[in-house]
Amino acid sequence: MMQIFEYNGSALVAMVGKNCFAIASDRRLGVQLQTIATDFQRISKIHDRVFLGLSGLATDAQTLYHRLVFRHKLYQLREERDMKPETFANLVSALLYEKRFGPYFCQPVIAGLGDEDKPFICTMDSIGAKELAKDFVVAGTASESLYGACESMFKEDMEPEELFETVSQALLSSVDRDCLSGWGGHVYVV
Amino acid sequence: MGPDFRVLVRKSRKQAEQYHRLYKEPIPVTQLVRETAAVMQEFTQSGGVRPFGVSLLVAGYDDNGPQLYQVDPSGSYFSWKASAMGKNVSNAKTFLEKRYTDDMELDDAVHTAILTLKEGVLTPAEIDDYLAEVE
Repeated sequence: MMQIFEYNGSALVAMVGKNCFAIASDRRLGVQLQTIATDFQRISKIHDRVFLGLSGLATDAQTLYHRLVFRHKLYQLREERDMKPETFANLVSALLYEKRFGPYFCQPVIAGLGDEDKPFICTMDSIGAKELAKDFVVAGTASESLYGACESMFKEDMEPEELFETVSQALLSSVDRDCLSGWGGHVYVV
Repeated sequence: MGPDFRVLVRKSRKQAEQYHRLYKEPIPVTQLVRETAAVMQEFTQSGGVRPFGVSLLVAGYDDNGPQLYQVDPSGSYFSWKASAMGKNVSNAKTFLEKRYTDDMELDDAVHTAILTLKEGVLTPAEIDDYLAEVE
């Protein structure tokens, strides 16, 4: 019984701090029960102040990532500026909805710093329904554990060092309860 | 030419809305001018069509402040601080060169614009009407 969102396994979390954000992912890439990589990159930098994490089917995540980088590069050339995180989130949402009846099997997590270093995080489902949050967003096979861990560990206005600790602990304890994700984590704090 | 103008306005409005639909941000003036100019250029190179018989003055306000662009039927566009087109354009531009300053207030700018038009195009009655609205 293959569940398409659970084929590769993933865990993603993004959290807001004081004028900073953290985005973290696990490192396992699997094919159902077999682990085939323990250093898989799920989070990519779009530009210095916007990071994108993609959970779900790895092939769709990679393709979607390349399409988004393409769009962003063109935007940078035309408008001679970087995309704001809110704008980027809208672009991702529009691209996902274009494939409404044959979707990308991904759940993106977008984290960035907007004007005046205000942190911005959001996630969306595979057809582009945005979910903005003020505190944290989660995605992936370990999302239920992640919700619980983040809810209990999150505090408002954490400084970068404390935010890093919180995000790491939340991620590691949640992936330990999920057989499809784990093998360490990548954490980016901006 | 009026009808040519209407076609361009429709296209520009649609482009602005498409941009907004994609990015949920109002379109920057330069992007709109670029896309409109591209349309006008297309009509100078495709088969079976003729160039648009209009020049456009596109004025807008975005993150980079107020901006003014002139777009010609060839599709080339220029950025201006103050410009004029049509009848008596050389007199109008000379007048603007004398009267325009960078730090004008909005009311002064409107007043100057009306005075520029007074040189050539408006009847005395229209001028009085406009001036009365500004004051």
